[in-house]
Amino acid sequence: MSIDLTQDYFSLFEVPRAYGLDEGALEAAWHRLQSQVHPDRYAHLSDADKRRAMQWATRVNEGYRTLKKPLARAQYLLVLAGVDAGVETNTAMSPEFLMEQMEWREGVEEARTAGEIDELEQLHRRLLHHSRDVRAELARQLDVDHDYTEAADTVRRLMFIEKLQHEIDDALLALEG
Amino acid sequence: MALLQIAEPGMSTEPHQHRLAVGIDLGTTNSLLATVRNGIAVCLPDESGRTMLPSVVRYCADGRIEVGQLAVKSQATDARNTILSVKRFMGRGLKDVAHVETMPYDFEDGPGMVRLRTVQGVKSPVEVSAEVLRVLRARAEASLDGDLVGAVITVPAYFDDAQRQATKDAARLAGLDVLRLLNEPTAAAVAYGLDNAAEGVYAVYDLGGGTFDLSILKLSRGVFEVLSTNGDAALGGDDFDHRLFCSILERAAIAPPSLEDSRRLQMKAREAKELLTSCDEAPIHLRLGSGEEVDLVITRDEFAEMTRPLVQKTLTPVRKALRDAGLSADEIKGVVMVGGATRMPHIQRAVANFFGHEPLTNLDPDKVVALGAAMQANVLAGNRTQQDDWLLLDVIPLSLGLETMGGLVEKVVPRNSTLPIARAQEFTTFKDGQTAMAFHVVQGERELVADCRSLARFELRGIPPMVAGAARIRVSFQVDADGLLSVSAREMSSGVEASVLVKPSYGLSDVEIAEMLKSGVEHAGDDMRLRALREHQVEAERVIEATEQALGKDGRLLTPAERAQIDAAIAHLRVLREGDDDRAIKAGIDAFARTTDEFAARRMDDSIRGALAGHKVDELEL
Repeated sequence: MSIDLTQDYFSLFEVPRAYGLDEGALEAAWHRLQSQVHPDRYAHLSDADKRRAMQWATRVNEGYRTLKKPLARAQYLLVLAGVDAGVETNTAMSPEFLMEQMEWREGVEEARTAGEIDELEQLHRRLLHHSRDVRAELARQLDVDHDYTEAADTVRRLMFIEKLQHEIDDALLALEG
Repeated sequence: MALLQIAEPGMSTEPHQHRLAVGIDLGTTNSLLATVRNGIAVCLPDESGRTMLPSVVRYCADGRIEVGQLAVKSQATDARNTILSVKRFMGRGLKDVAHVETMPYDFEDGPGMVRLRTVQGVKSPVEVSAEVLRVLRARAEASLDGDLVGAVITVPAYFDDAQRQATKDAARLAGLDVLRLLNEPTAAAVAYGLDNAAEGVYAVYDLGGGTFDLSILKLSRGVFEVLSTNGDAALGGDDFDHRLFCSILERAAIAPPSLEDSRRLQMKAREAKELLTSCDEAPIHLRLGSGEEVDLVITRDEFAEMTRPLVQKTLTPVRKALRDAGLSADEIKGVVMVGGATRMPHIQRAVANFFGHEPLTNLDPDKVVALGAAMQANVLAGNRTQQDDWLLLDVIPLSLGLETMGGLVEKVVPRNSTLPIARAQEFTTFKDGQTAMAFHVVQGERELVADCRSLARFELRGIPPMVAGAARIRVSFQVDADGLLSVSAREMSSGVEASVLVKPSYGLSDVEIAEMLKSGVEHAGDDMRLRALREHQVEAERVIEATEQALGKDGRLLTPAERAQIDAAIAHLRVLREGDDDRAIKAGIDAFARTTDEFAARRMDDSIRGALAGHKVDELEL
């Protein structure tokens, strides 16, 4: 088989293997790759061509999503570095962090039950700021200190935060009907 | 017909170079057909010069089927057999359809899609839609004078898998080769964006007869990237008519009207709505079959007031789409208005208020979708030129997931993922020695399975007996560029595979489609074998031509022995194509695909490398 499925996404998109990312360069590479492999370019060709195009375009989209989203990008860097983020096995978090999470969660729950859309939107914004700080920490750990053990811990914290963001999104969706 | 056969300059020199393809806007109220002629997208009219075909089908007692204008005339007198707005029933069960109580049809409920009992028997919405598509296909073939390579058919962006599959089935039934199902707002964005050389983030507000879509797109250097889409697949201009109709009933204080009177009052309501776009008031005058008289006047303000909740209802999807795109209203550069219903002044006002600037109305809201579809069809058919170098990156509108314990949904593919996309999720057994596992595929945003749309159920059998939790079952979702899903499941340690191409439980089975195709062809007095033969001959021609082009360009990727093998395959398929055995040609095409599969893989791989290498060259030049 001639397709090199082992090529990592950073190489495929020709961006440096790092957490810090030039989003414009990533997007330009995505467009360039998709304009080669998108199924629309093969719609008039054989079924084999179409199937191949779908597989490639799917892989390119998955790579784009992985590199674009900060959490997915950090997780992917850990995988490439051979570090187990311990998502399933190691859920031990610091008591301070867990306490903080509980407070956030209570806030969301209260706003949800009271039907406070504005309050939920404000929580969403505050959480966004908070996750920005955590991501800055992650950038330092991955790109400057190369401390992957610490980074794995931060990744787990970021996962909690993203889950909370999804919960707020769902609550907002449910309230808006 | 001969009058419409116009020889095109580009075509007369190299007739086989231009492939005939059309875009079809299969609308709730009207349908349109468009194509690209001499580089310009145009709507194709019927013999009377009308481009819009009312999406109305009448099944007559004598076996005839009337479509369009002719059928419209009978909507009051033969209401039960004259089907309007059938798009609302596509991929839907009876309980999903609003206002059934005021519809004059004889519904047949049951598992899957709702059906209609007519004087010509029970009809599925897919069959009714296929009648509309058949008329458009005939119009295309007559005015283009040649074989159609295929069609791009538009669907509301917010259509789910069941509704998309139903649309594709209808096209198949009408004998159309579907190049792509294209989202209506995306089609509109293509037409608008290319005409105006637009760059930046735009919203498309598309209120059709029965559906509402809001898509947010980023246009940059020929790339149309959909950032998010949202909508309501059961909200449209029809609902404004219905609201007005209900109001007329209340004000006129008449007895519940007969089916026929009801239809006539609905027609009056629609006329009044259209009149109120340009006038301050609309009179409604009708003598009913019962002898009662309706005589009243509706003002524009009254109409705006009574339909305000509907206008507000469109703003919820707008807010959701903005949030999913991570944008605020003031970051939208322009709002493109699509669909006849957006002519209503109070809708334009509401949109202007929301976004803080006047919406873009410098295009025909009825035609823009068909024109965009035609442009895309032209490119997909292989008529790409230097100027046509654009790329559409569209998304899936609704999340896809699997049912887990307790009737909850585990999301596998999130909404607004760029297509095509594949995602996998691993599950395990919960009982010792468990050898089978049932899967339930659903689509929607809600947490409970009961609140989402059920798409398919399937089982993985033959799992080797293991202790609970030891088996690793990987379920893979693949969504293609049409937004259609296929799902497969595999036990990872033993390799047992169960694969199902999701044909939603609301869709039609392949057997049903085959039956319909057969009866449809018989009905048209056509010869099915002859058609199959012709289609396979065209297909064989197409793959030979494509392969020869590829050989000319990328022949260097093959060893002499491989090259000889492909040359021999081409020669063999040529011989088969000259014959009249349709099955042999089909088998030949399949065998040919297997022979050229590796070549296709290498070319794709090579083009990727080319894309990257080209990039490096650019950088060096800088």
